[in-house]
Amino acid sequence: MKKAERIGGNVASYVDDRTGAAKWLRKNLTKVFPDHWSFMLGEIVLYSFIILLLSGTFLTFWFDPSQREVVYEGSYEPLENIKMSAAYASTLHISFDVRGGLLMRQIHHWAALIFMAGMIAHLMRVFFTGAFRKPREANWLIGIGLVTLGIVEGFLGYSLPDDLLSGTGIRIAEAIIQALPVVGSYLAFFAFGGAFPGEAFIPRIFTVHVLLLPGIFLALITIHLMLVWYQKHTQYPGPGRTEKNVVGYPLMPIYMAKAGGFFFIVFGVTAFLGAVASINPIWLYGPYNPGQISAGSQPDFYMGWLDGLVRMAPPIETHAFGHTISWNILIPGLIIPGILFTLMALYPFIEAWMTGDKREHHLLERPRNNPNRTAIGAMSLAFILVVLINGGNDIIATHFALTINQIMWFTRIGVIVIPPLTFVITKRICLSLQRADREKVLHGRETGRLVMLPHGEFIEVHEELTPAQKFTLTQHEQPPALEVPREDANGVLNPQGLKGKLRARFSQAHVEQVPAPTESEAKALESGHH
Amino acid sequence: MSNESNEIAKFQDPGLPEHVHRKTDVDPKAADRAERQVAILFILSALSTVLAIYSYIFIPDDKFFFLPIMGDTNAHQLFLGLGMAFALLFIGLGLVHWAKTLMPDTEVIAERHDFRSPDEDREDFVRTVKEQAAAAGLGRRSLIKRTLGLALGVSALTPLVLLRDLGPLPKKKLEKTSWKAGTRLVTDPGDRPIRPEDLEVGAVAQVLPELVPGKVRHLSDIAKDAVLLIRLRPNEFQLNAERLSWTHDGIIAFSKICSHMGCAVALYEQQTKHLLCPCHQSTFDVTRAAKVIFGPAARPLPQLAITVDADGFLVAQQPFNEPVGPSYWERSS
Repeated sequence: MKKAERIGGNVASYVDDRTGAAKWLRKNLTKVFPDHWSFMLGEIVLYSFIILLLSGTFLTFWFDPSQREVVYEGSYEPLENIKMSAAYASTLHISFDVRGGLLMRQIHHWAALIFMAGMIAHLMRVFFTGAFRKPREANWLIGIGLVTLGIVEGFLGYSLPDDLLSGTGIRIAEAIIQALPVVGSYLAFFAFGGAFPGEAFIPRIFTVHVLLLPGIFLALITIHLMLVWYQKHTQYPGPGRTEKNVVGYPLMPIYMAKAGGFFFIVFGVTAFLGAVASINPIWLYGPYNPGQISAGSQPDFYMGWLDGLVRMAPPIETHAFGHTISWNILIPGLIIPGILFTLMALYPFIEAWMTGDKREHHLLERPRNNPNRTAIGAMSLAFILVVLINGGNDIIATHFALTINQIMWFTRIGVIVIPPLTFVITKRICLSLQRADREKVLHGRETGRLVMLPHGEFIEVHEELTPAQKFTLTQHEQPPALEVPREDANGVLNPQGLKGKLRARFSQAHVEQVPAPTESEAKALESGHH
Repeated sequence: MSNESNEIAKFQDPGLPEHVHRKTDVDPKAADRAERQVAILFILSALSTVLAIYSYIFIPDDKFFFLPIMGDTNAHQLFLGLGMAFALLFIGLGLVHWAKTLMPDTEVIAERHDFRSPDEDREDFVRTVKEQAAAAGLGRRSLIKRTLGLALGVSALTPLVLLRDLGPLPKKKLEKTSWKAGTRLVTDPGDRPIRPEDLEVGAVAQVLPELVPGKVRHLSDIAKDAVLLIRLRPNEFQLNAERLSWTHDGIIAFSKICSHMGCAVALYEQQTKHLLCPCHQSTFDVTRAAKVIFGPAARPLPQLAITVDADGFLVAQQPFNEPVGPSYWERSS
């Protein structure tokens, strides 16, 4: 026996004597994970979270979360002798006087952007492939929680340096709190320890940013992963893959090496961005002063859609009985985002209700094979995209020589017109793709090879698909629409009322499909030929 | 599909495809080559770490050099970062290359287990819960249940009450600014009083109320007191008599704090005489008492009545006649 084996054996024996974990460990070390590029999106999020923890810890060693006024005396000359908060001064110190400090700041900010973008991409993957269906609804809800908290965490993070840009963002957040009916001004005074901006806010959000929210993230991510582990990963349909099995590679060694390697690649790419791509150059913005602002004030992209909504809101306020309600803030700032996130969280349950499907699903769906869901997703994305465009209307105006008014009116109308249009178009595209699949299965792949037959006719040679390809393109279910009973056992008409009618209508829309070809059809075609 | 007749057969699952051997599986030379490639990647990583540490120690952090696209670049930061990035990247690439070329790539099938427990287990569970609950008297002793509910519910109030000292009550603070009748307008920055002739037609200036001796100016004061002075030709105004009397010799003063969400309304278009808030593009017409002509703001910017004092300096005639800044519940107009 080699020395390494002996040491390994001793460690394993020590652990098992005290936990009895040998069997469990052996089973889980060979746990099977299916392989697909789209399964790496969630991994990117996990890895950037680890990068955020590491780089963030580094930054806390120098960052001074205080709004105490100091006079800057560091090495960045343009701001010398200028009054600023200790938070801003220490951020300058990290950027200019701590070696590697700017690199870490930029890695931290880039990792935050990758974290958010990765979450959104992962969410889209889960949505469009139907991975949220039973039994994974809980993980969907945790995911929505993580996205929501991620937006808050990112906002608090870029608010900490207390520069002119981020201070403006806090000002807007304060206005949203202040706009809440009845309790708004009280909550604002509690949050800020008095009138805006005060000296309490930065220290408070620092605690939330580095302790409270990361703790919640850690807990939620742990549950999220434990559920993935316990429920086993979903897989794409294909030969040999069923609802009852999972096909892939064992955790040890190949998945460990691939996932571990991917962590280093994500970290490496983030560090590369931090090294070459400047981000949030706070020294150019100057310290926060509520009487100043810079043109082209823009939040990070995951806040941009909210800002776009606020920008396009019509100027409506209600003044009655000595009170004011700012609809121009409440509707775009709270009500619409609230509705959007609630619908998103409830979607697995809404879809299960529409389809009446109570079964477990472990095989993913190709987006085209569920046209209604794909169209709903595309519609939501179109909405977010239109409002995001409006969130950058000033930048777009200067870059494309348009007026703010043109963009604002385009998006004000577009936000109502474009999403439904997107729904219809996406659904048609999905059905067309299904039709194309059908053609391919029944008549083979178009090879582009033209052949002249002896009697002079030209035909294109179609190449028959392999049995595996045929199976992959036709294995999906196409359940019929729900039938709503016209009358119940006692002869009462339409027993489920309007709800039943609505459900039947939704179900109808949801099952609109191009029939998948069957082997029988293929055989019939074959025998009909020549 | 279950509801179809037997005549219709779906395409059958041909099962997992045959495992195709990679070159490294069959050719020992290819495998050796792959091993060397992985090793080279790991060595490149180690070299990159050397670059990172070398840059940290030996490249001074005030050296800049010119790079296309990136412009003037700090050498210390760039090479430290690149060293770190490539050290990580090459480890990752090495691991993935190792996994892809040399580790077994046979797909494995694992069975899924049903999540639903057998019916007897479920019934057993429900029975146990019921029995234990009954044993504890949860069903019978409703007094205990209700008082416990009360105690738990009420106990949640303490943490809420404890948060009370987070801040003072707003009282009238949102309504009041530091502007009083006779307060001089002073420049920001500089704190110098202003005479009308300091402003040319078309000029803008940010001003603050003159500090009462012995007081300091906090950011929370600026957040309410900031005022924008704009000078037009007197005949360009389209104001009613009262508002016109609040101007002085073509100089008009507005709160600089946006009536929408409190950003500084700092962009003045001299040609159109519009004030634009860069946050949400609310646009105010200076000639018509900052009437909102575009964007989400619902109210004009509050106008500050100004005049000159005996020494010829600009002063406020009276405090703002309405709260400045964004709306809130207690605001009456």
